Amino acid sequence: MESLLILLEVTINGLMAGVLYSLVALGFVFIFKASGIFNYAQGVMALFAAMTLVGFLEGRVPFAHMINIVFGTNIHHFGFHAPVLVALVGTALVMFLFAVIVEKYILRHLVNQAPIILFMATIGLAFFMEGFGDMMWGSDVKTLDIGIPSGMSLTIDELTYPLGYGMYIDQLDIYAALIAVALVVGLTMFSQYTKTGRALRAVADDHQAALSVGITLRSIWVIVWTIAGIVALVGGVLWGSKSGVQFSLSLIALKALPVLFLGGLTSIPGAIIGGLIIGVGEKLFEFGVGPLIGGATENWFAYVVALLFLVFRPQGLFGEKIIERV
Amino acid sequence: MFYRESGEFKSSYRGDNRTFPMSYDVKIHIFMMLVAIFVIPMVINDYWAGAILLPFMIYSIASIGLNLLTGYSGQVSLGTGAFMAVGAYASYKLMTSFPELNIVFVVLGSGIITAAVGVFFGLPSLRIKGFYLAVATLAAQFFLVWLFNKVGWFYNYSATGQITSPERTLFGFAVTGANATTEVRYLFCLAFVVVLGWAAKNLTRGKIGRSWMAIRDMDIAAEIIGVNPMMAKMSAFAVSSFYVGVSGSLLFTVFYGAIEVTEVFGIERSFLILFMIIIGGLGSLLGSFIGAAFMVIMPVLLKNILVTGLGWPTDVATHFEFMIVGALIIIFLIAEPDGLAKLWGLAKQKLRLWPFPH
Repeated sequence: MESLLILLEVTINGLMAGVLYSLVALGFVFIFKASGIFNYAQGVMALFAAMTLVGFLEGRVPFAHMINIVFGTNIHHFGFHAPVLVALVGTALVMFLFAVIVEKYILRHLVNQAPIILFMATIGLAFFMEGFGDMMWGSDVKTLDIGIPSGMSLTIDELTYPLGYGMYIDQLDIYAALIAVALVVGLTMFSQYTKTGRALRAVADDHQAALSVGITLRSIWVIVWTIAGIVALVGGVLWGSKSGVQFSLSLIALKALPVLFLGGLTSIPGAIIGGLIIGVGEKLFEFGVGPLIGGATENWFAYVVALLFLVFRPQGLFGEKIIERV
Repeated sequence: MFYRESGEFKSSYRGDNRTFPMSYDVKIHIFMMLVAIFVIPMVINDYWAGAILLPFMIYSIASIGLNLLTGYSGQVSLGTGAFMAVGAYASYKLMTSFPELNIVFVVLGSGIITAAVGVFFGLPSLRIKGFYLAVATLAAQFFLVWLFNKVGWFYNYSATGQITSPERTLFGFAVTGANATTEVRYLFCLAFVVVLGWAAKNLTRGKIGRSWMAIRDMDIAAEIIGVNPMMAKMSAFAVSSFYVGVSGSLLFTVFYGAIEVTEVFGIERSFLILFMIIIGGLGSLLGSFIGAAFMVIMPVLLKNILVTGLGWPTDVATHFEFMIVGALIIIFLIAEPDGLAKLWGLAKQKLRLWPFPH
């Protein structure tokens, strides 16, 4: 019974980690479906969004370091703390602005390029944003607290204790899962029941047909990048409240890659299920096999699984079958 | 201005097939070689060698390797850092297991071992392409670095987990270790750069290089006209990994002397080499050199200007460097997808007619 409970605990914790991978992967899928761009910068977008949120919450002065160096001043804070809601809206606006800039200065000029060129451009974008974010808000590890309860969930501990082992589940993880579910439901509603959502689906289906019925691709791209930015914001907030806003946040983007390939690049349910599989898989593997071979297997488990999977099923679990024509 | 095709008459196939068909090209290469061999060792000092020349030469070997794979064969790899690590650890194991082995063979042997590992991780490329392959190489990146970090056999169970290069000599001169002089290390690397660069130039001109380019341009069409995709892809992975392995081996034995795998061969290193070939020019050997030079010199230059010149703190300068690198990548992909090598070619075209453009 006890070992079963421990196993269950590991699985649930894996599911919670998987939810966060899914969130990042979701941002990828949105952009990929609408523009065929594989956005490497998604993780850095999450980091940047979380940094901006912290900046607003704490009333930090943007580019404080730069200003202090150039003008010899010593300012860091405006001296006020923005309410959570205002900060969230402000960050969403920043992400919208970011989407506009990306469309105007990068995507517009790279239409019709090979996918791999676009991919490399987003790597460049990721580097730029990493430097820009650090420049704007400083590179220190920031704590992010927007009032989501955290710490051990006592209810679950008390419920399972009589069975032989009190399970440790972080409250934050439960709320994270709920928020993620709400986000996914919201996005699905948006894409199913609104006019813009219908346009998004049309573009994802066929670019040229969408153009011919009067959908402007550029505004769609801005919308898609904004959505990806907001998804990144949610992912960044959840991950940031868990382990602080720091550089390692952007590395979850890399973790999201195997998630994507497992689920299939074009499938939203695929991204979610892929994320859960990777999350649970790596926790269970680390728990079961990790101690035998030295631990820290979480670093590579996801990639190796994705690799093996790709060799046998290149389109992933739910992706469209890749057909090549000459 | 000086570069003219006129007066070049080829009267035999041999003459027509020379590596450098223009006598001007031959002269300029010989001149550069003479300068590199005789003049630079006279004027070299530790700062220049340590900060610029040695990293430039070692990274240009790696970027030639990646360019053969990505630029010539169209297989994207994000695992360059890990393959360099394979080269470094292979040379460490070779040096400690066979103390008698000459350092040249150690470096070449590490290259061959890396080639084998590269072929193994390249196997999925027969089934998957594009981004998918990039993920496959990421698996190599993270798995190999983890392996070298966790399995004690690779670092001979040393307490720190570091590997340190013992002293080896060539013709009586110390090449590795604390007693190696800057000049010797420089010349040792130079020899590898010259030989490997020349080999790469000839590989890309020959049958094998053409089969790589055919696969890159359109794999299905290439298969139909009789290029064996398996041979082409596997040979690309093998040759590319050999170059990257040699580079990693040199980086460890000659340049750093002692390394810790996660610090030196992380994913950042893979991106660094990828940026070198994007900025230099995909599918251009000259571009590999220019890109390596650019990515080595730029941080040094920025640091000198911003930190020493303007008195900025180092961390802000680093952020600035990130922004510049990222912006440059985007600018190059938009404005000049063929990189600095293309710009150089254009300049040469213009200079040919200068100062009389008509």
